[in-house]
Amino acid sequence: MGCIENLKYEMLLPLGASFKECREYVEKNFKEVWYVDPGYKLFDEYIIGLPPIALGLDLGKIVFPYTKPCHGTYLLLVEDADEADRVRKTARKKK
Amino acid sequence: MSDISRPTGKALLVLGCPEAPAQQAIALYLAHQLRTHGADLLIAGNPSVLNLLKVSDPDKHYIGQTMVLEKCIEEIVEKRLTADPCVVCAHNDAAISYAATMRHLLPDSRLVVIIFGKDPEPLAASVDFPCEKIVEKAVHNPMQLKNKVNEVFGWAVSRT
Repeated sequence: MGCIENLKYEMLLPLGASFKECREYVEKNFKEVWYVDPGYKLFDEYIIGLPPIALGLDLGKIVFPYTKPCHGTYLLLVEDADEADRVRKTARKKK
Repeated sequence: MSDISRPTGKALLVLGCPEAPAQQAIALYLAHQLRTHGADLLIAGNPSVLNLLKVSDPDKHYIGQTMVLEKCIEEIVEKRLTADPCVVCAHNDAAISYAATMRHLLPDSRLVVIIFGKDPEPLAASVDFPCEKIVEKAVHNPMQLKNKVNEVFGWAVSRT
């Protein structure tokens, strides 16, 4: 998974989750939801998916979909306060 | 010296997971046809799918230039590369996500999504963004897929 593979992450949904399942999980389980478009850079990777792509934030934790051609979409949680703050400054907040 | 600040226009073929054998055949066929019709072709995929093509076509008679998918997306996002048309082969949800990404990044380009595999209809129903869809139940045998590709691109039917 490139740079993301080197991060300390927690997998919230099992392998093979669909992209829409990941979005629904974020919208249902996180109070702070932000939206970005495909190509948004997160942890030095370009995020893939059907726009709008939902990111969940919980203080310094970021939940985001990460897609690989053969495995489907992973929903990952990574703790990084600086990157979470950058999302708050650059993404669109759920109304 | 080339002007690296100017985006390079190409025809782009995006390949998904190589587990469905029909993809390999249709990729080589598309590469041949697009290049024969004058396209400057770039094929993007994961290392496995690109290696399958490179081993099948060692002198690059058909495939031309290749690029790892993540790098290709980076090049398009950073506006160093543009593509028209863009053709995406999809037989799983992940590949549809890549097609949606290409739709967003290349809003004015012709986007053709080839949806195949054992059960392509539900996958095709999940495609709710503007594109041309080719939908065919094909895992091993690419012939019907090839016929539909010929129809969509307006290519004369070959005898093979």
